[in-house]
Amino acid sequence: MSTAQFAAFSDNAVMFASMVYILAFLAHLTEWVLLRSLPAAASRRVAERETVAVGGGPVPATVDAPLDSGDDDRELRVEKWGRIGVALTVVAVVLHLAGLVARGLASDPVRVPWGNMYEFTLAGTLGVSVMYLSLMRRHHLRWMGILVTGFLVVVLMLDVLVLYQDAGPLVPALHSYWLAIHVLAAVVASGAFAVGALALVLFLVKDRAVRRGTLRPRGYLSRLPESAALERVAYRLHAFGFPIWTFAALVAGPIWAEYAWGSYWNWDPKEVWAFITWVIYAAYLHARATAGWKGKAASVIALVGFASLLFNFVGINYFFGAGSMHSYAG
Amino acid sequence: MTLTPPGTEAGGSASQPPPPPSAPPALSPVELSRWAWRQLTSKRTALVLLFLLALAAVPGSVVPQQNIDAVKVANWQEAHPTLTPVYEALGLFTVYGSVWFSAIYILLMVSLVGCVVPRLRIYWRALRARPPRAPRRLGRLPESRTFEVEEDREEVLERAVAVLRRRRYRVDRDGGEVSAEKGYLREAGNLLFHLSVLVVLVGFAAGQLFGYKGGVITIVGQGFSNTLSQYDDFAPGKLFDPTDLSPLSFSVDDFHVKFLTSGPQMGQPESFDADLTYRSSPEAAPQRHDLAVNHPLDVEGASVFLVGHGYAPVVTVRDGEGQVAYRGPAVFLPQDSSFASFGVIKVPDAAPDQLGFEGLFLPTYGFTMERGPYSQFPDALDPVLSLVPYHGDLGLDDGSPQSVYSLDKSGLKTFDSTDEALGAARRIKLSPGQTVRLPEGRGSIRFDGVDRFVKLQVSHSPGKGIALAGVLLGILGLMGSLFIRPRRAWVRVTRSADGSRRTVVELAGLDRSSGGDLAAEIDELERLVRNGRPDRPVKEPE
Repeated sequence: MSTAQFAAFSDNAVMFASMVYILAFLAHLTEWVLLRSLPAAASRRVAERETVAVGGGPVPATVDAPLDSGDDDRELRVEKWGRIGVALTVVAVVLHLAGLVARGLASDPVRVPWGNMYEFTLAGTLGVSVMYLSLMRRHHLRWMGILVTGFLVVVLMLDVLVLYQDAGPLVPALHSYWLAIHVLAAVVASGAFAVGALALVLFLVKDRAVRRGTLRPRGYLSRLPESAALERVAYRLHAFGFPIWTFAALVAGPIWAEYAWGSYWNWDPKEVWAFITWVIYAAYLHARATAGWKGKAASVIALVGFASLLFNFVGINYFFGAGSMHSYAG
Repeated sequence: MTLTPPGTEAGGSASQPPPPPSAPPALSPVELSRWAWRQLTSKRTALVLLFLLALAAVPGSVVPQQNIDAVKVANWQEAHPTLTPVYEALGLFTVYGSVWFSAIYILLMVSLVGCVVPRLRIYWRALRARPPRAPRRLGRLPESRTFEVEEDREEVLERAVAVLRRRRYRVDRDGGEVSAEKGYLREAGNLLFHLSVLVVLVGFAAGQLFGYKGGVITIVGQGFSNTLSQYDDFAPGKLFDPTDLSPLSFSVDDFHVKFLTSGPQMGQPESFDADLTYRSSPEAAPQRHDLAVNHPLDVEGASVFLVGHGYAPVVTVRDGEGQVAYRGPAVFLPQDSSFASFGVIKVPDAAPDQLGFEGLFLPTYGFTMERGPYSQFPDALDPVLSLVPYHGDLGLDDGSPQSVYSLDKSGLKTFDSTDEALGAARRIKLSPGQTVRLPEGRGSIRFDGVDRFVKLQVSHSPGKGIALAGVLLGILGLMGSLFIRPRRAWVRVTRSADGSRRTVVELAGLDRSSGGDLAAEIDELERLVRNGRPDRPVKEPE
């Protein structure tokens, strides 16, 4: 295939991936709509399995509310739609990956497919969905499906509509194997932080409802794992992402900057904000280990960190433009 | 908890107004400093300082910084005359060297040291201590199991010790009890991470204090030797000694650039590189180096980087008396990705009047009535000089320094335009080889050809190895502190109460960090202690 054909293939694959993500989102939506009509006791079993697996705390007594056959049937349908959602997500990830790979092949010479904002977002969203899928079995994250697929749909749409750039070769400043290392590490860390932030949002909302006693027994929130378990999953994701982010921002970045720009730390806006993001996430990990900060306060800090991550990614290129040495990433 | 005699509060308030709260006794200076030290080294303060650091870094990304882009700072200051003195007083043009920024990170470092040093002591003691004795009631721990086995106590205890050792616990046996602990490296990782922050700071500070960074524009075919006078801009560290400049010299022999000639990114540079011949010292043999972005030249004590390139049109200017008053390349600075470049040519030796030219170099000429002259493509396919000539006084004689990239027009006059539609000032357009005569017999200018220049950065950042080692150690420590789980386990065996030969085993565990799956670990320990075959492959239960 010629580079132009690869470029067209990539665009189509991304479009189809977005559509399948939408279908997966709808499947998860159906799953939750069906759950709403189930008594909480029955549906909680779905959620509680996760609590047990994630929490490792005392095993809660299995809730065995009397079920009529209608509820049993419903539960099967809930399970079915949940599985369909996951299966569709897997299909979408395959398409997504194909789109990303083709993007790299669409350039002569062949290059890594994360040379500009469009491609970075493409790779970052793939990072989110791969992270979600690969952690799902171990940590039983299916309850996140609706949120993750919704997030992916929105971000991919914005990516295609706002950030799209034609495929092509890179500017000389990016001709370095550090592009693969530096950006890949940033993508993986951002993916972990994004999934972690989603879990933290759910944790904060549920935690608030629990404390106020406004948790509706048939609501979405009561079907989630216990708030402590939510918080723990989020912490693990952040703990996974943080060393990788450290490597991306404070090792690979400076080494490459030294090669390309002649100085390993230039106080370039993107560097400054990567550092700010790092400091905020460090504060999150620190706060989580500080008495009185664990839980709500620490979680808010992590969300501020995610906001700073997003600002660093999008805001810097928009507001600082040519003022940033990273502006070719636009 | 303070104990209050019952009834005092109620009785006191009923009969008489409560006595005014007595002021706490004044703190002695020692107490005060001890209190201040405790505050500073508390975790909460560390958190606040971290936030302040993040916050304080923000303005440096918004306001242009003196040591990063001095030209931008000057432009900004020109555009904001009222804000400039305020910003200057706040140090907003040099955020990362300002007093308040330094204060935050120095306080943070002090807080860090104050936090780490006592913990080092505690950790040292903990490392040599035996695992803590089993609590009296194991059943009260977060995870505990009680079960009976057929073997006698000694056998079970020995097996428990073996099982725990195999699972890399430190084990201490005391009578009918086994205490075990593992995950000592978590705190080691934690301490390593905090200490590595100091290492990074030392490395970074060394680079800032003893290093330097200079920019130089060299026309292809010309050379450079590493002395202060050769630099266009030079930013030394505070403790940098100019005699430490590495005795490097080089010449730029050739320069190659390729631009994309088709596709959506047409005009984007595909590659550019310069051929250098260099000597690391005057005695050294000359060597060649292909200098490109991402391929710097490293010699002892200095590194040379290719950071940009552009055009230097070569012109010959004759004055009104027919003498050659100027000949040579003049650097024109690229304004955008089309390499439309702006520059000036000063001819102070022209007679009777001095001459000056200001204008654009367009590597591939294009013209529309709306845009005026512009460049269609960054490569020199159809180069054109579009200049406005001036005559009069260049203002060079009073000795005040002048930029080589701008004209002081206060003593200069333009020539009248021949076509009012194109503006009031005469503008001349030159292609290579062309000569244009200036009006009023004031001379002529000939466009001889196009040279290129490269923008190089020469810098030295000592301590970068230290900083890198620090960050890598930090990541190692971070991973230890995040992923190693300190855990304690206890086993106690007692004879079965029913008088049989059976042994009652109590097994309990405690996680000293959150997030671990303690129940699974204790389940596994129970299985191993029960079935007595610890050699079986250990499989984590799902």
